[in-house]
Amino acid sequence: MTAVDIAGKTPAATPPAAPTAQGPGRRRGLARQLLGSKKALSGLCLLAVFALLALLAPALAPGDPSLINSTGSQAPSGAHWLGTTTKGQDVLALTLWGARSSMFVGFTVGLAATGIAILVGLASAYFGRLVDDALTLFTNVFLLLPGLPLLVILAAFLPPGTSTVVLVLVITGWAGSARVLRAQARSIRGKDFVAAAVVTGERPLRIMFREILPNMASVVMTTLLGCVVFGITSQAALEFLGLGDSSVVSWGTNLYWASNDGALMTGTWWVFVPSGLCIALVAFALALVNYAVDEITNPRLRSVKRRPVKRRG
Amino acid sequence: MRLILRNLGFYLLAFWASITLNFLLPRFMPGDPVSRMFAQQAGGMQPEQIAQLRKLFGLDDRPLWEQYVSYVKSVFTGDLGISISRFPTPVTEVIGSQIGWTLLLGGTALVIAAVVGNLLGIVAAWRRGGVLDSAFPPLLIFVGSFPYFWLAMGALYLFGVTLGWFPLRHAYDAGLTPGVNAEFLANAGTHLVLPALTVVAVTVGSWMLGMRNTMIATAAEDYITMAEAKGLSPSRIMFRYAARNALLPSVTNFGMGLGFVVGGALLTEVVFAYPGIGFQLLAAVQGLDYPLMQGIFLTITAAVLLANFLVDIIYVRLDPRVRVR
Repeated sequence: MTAVDIAGKTPAATPPAAPTAQGPGRRRGLARQLLGSKKALSGLCLLAVFALLALLAPALAPGDPSLINSTGSQAPSGAHWLGTTTKGQDVLALTLWGARSSMFVGFTVGLAATGIAILVGLASAYFGRLVDDALTLFTNVFLLLPGLPLLVILAAFLPPGTSTVVLVLVITGWAGSARVLRAQARSIRGKDFVAAAVVTGERPLRIMFREILPNMASVVMTTLLGCVVFGITSQAALEFLGLGDSSVVSWGTNLYWASNDGALMTGTWWVFVPSGLCIALVAFALALVNYAVDEITNPRLRSVKRRPVKRRG
Repeated sequence: MRLILRNLGFYLLAFWASITLNFLLPRFMPGDPVSRMFAQQAGGMQPEQIAQLRKLFGLDDRPLWEQYVSYVKSVFTGDLGISISRFPTPVTEVIGSQIGWTLLLGGTALVIAAVVGNLLGIVAAWRRGGVLDSAFPPLLIFVGSFPYFWLAMGALYLFGVTLGWFPLRHAYDAGLTPGVNAEFLANAGTHLVLPALTVVAVTVGSWMLGMRNTMIATAAEDYITMAEAKGLSPSRIMFRYAARNALLPSVTNFGMGLGFVVGGALLTEVVFAYPGIGFQLLAAVQGLDYPLMQGIFLTITAAVLLANFLVDIIYVRLDPRVRVR
């Protein structure tokens, strides 16, 4: 079970996990190594828990989560495990339902941004010359434009809604990954087996996706995880600023309402802690998996870690 | 010199791209922002405001290219239009009155984070495997997982609301008039502490890790071994030999950070209600003040590009290898 499989269980991953398509043998190897690493395992378990909570939200907290069903600003108690908001909504229900939108947007943005980055990176590396120059210039311009203000401007002009948030995050999020993937694809493009494939007359698309892409699976994986983290945190930031759709329940809108209703000023910390903590835990879990992938595929990181222990021991 | 010229060309291109984006956005926007705005502020608008809007949204019956040329011309002559929410103040004046606060907040945070982060990185790399080197990175990753605005709100709650150590909002107390006197400066200083510290807390980690990694690479160089063989004192080797050379990538980061100061301070300013241009940008979005929004976006972009260009020039001075190429 790889992280992508877990993503498949969340509502997010309706698009096939094409970005990490790779040879079956290698995949099993990476997956087994991932499961053998403590970091990756704990990260994957954490992600699985959140995916389950998101999926089971309708069963765990039936009914509309934003329904006002009790007096406001109650501290956590038996009836409301995480207390109630200033308006009188159940914080636990809001947090559970929030996981759905946040995970969905996070993984959709991650997959879409990585997809664009793969296309740009591969095309740039394979065709080289003019195509490469043009695409690199394009990528660099996007990298240089200040991200958050661009997000705000785009979100302000487009009609509010979840699809706008996704679109805006994809537009601002792909460039960094494209640069990384292009560098990796370029080094593989120079290898002999690619030259052999060109000489045997394979079609460009086949070379890009069958020869080059499988050999950079781990880099694709790390950029994908990075993009998902970007998606989740930026969605939260956008919605916190009130630029999302404030009628959708997500961790970002929960925080927006918490701040709007003055939860902090009245000292009802339980309204604003759960959603932020969930974002942090998901991001941390993804970072853990990312670290493990790095360690598995880059032996230098591993040996550096062990060497001082041996010397001292 | 050629490098500088090439980069200048690139930055101009990027600036042109953002101007064009700014020009196209209101003209090809689905959902018709004009009617949204009219619906919200119906009746309350002066004829000049409506004329201003018609020009902005390209409703003045001129061909598109003609509008484009006049738009680019007005941007380069510093005419960014007139703010709608603060009618009839020109956009440039609104931005000018607030950019100082952003620069103060962001600049303070950037300098502190860069100095502290680099020092920590130097020490961590020099004492490899020590407490600083092994305990800090995982901690920083964990802290970095939290959304920034959430940490800022937490700090505001803890130090502002509960403990009452720092003021809760704005850049100075309401009763004071800005001026260069001890009372005002002290007041502005206490308002600066909490926002600046939260930015430092989340950015110091990347400075430290970056410096640590380059320091480790530099410490393996032959001239370090040579310096050790000569019997120089460790602190002299650490700072004058290793750190001095490892500092180069940090210069690039500083340039990017300088751009981030103007653009990234948005969330800080919103959480702490600090009157900089990030705060103003959000206010403009909420008030559907499109000219102001676009003006601020252009200003931020220009600042980012300018900062990067300045760093390029400094880099050429600092690193002779770049000059030869």
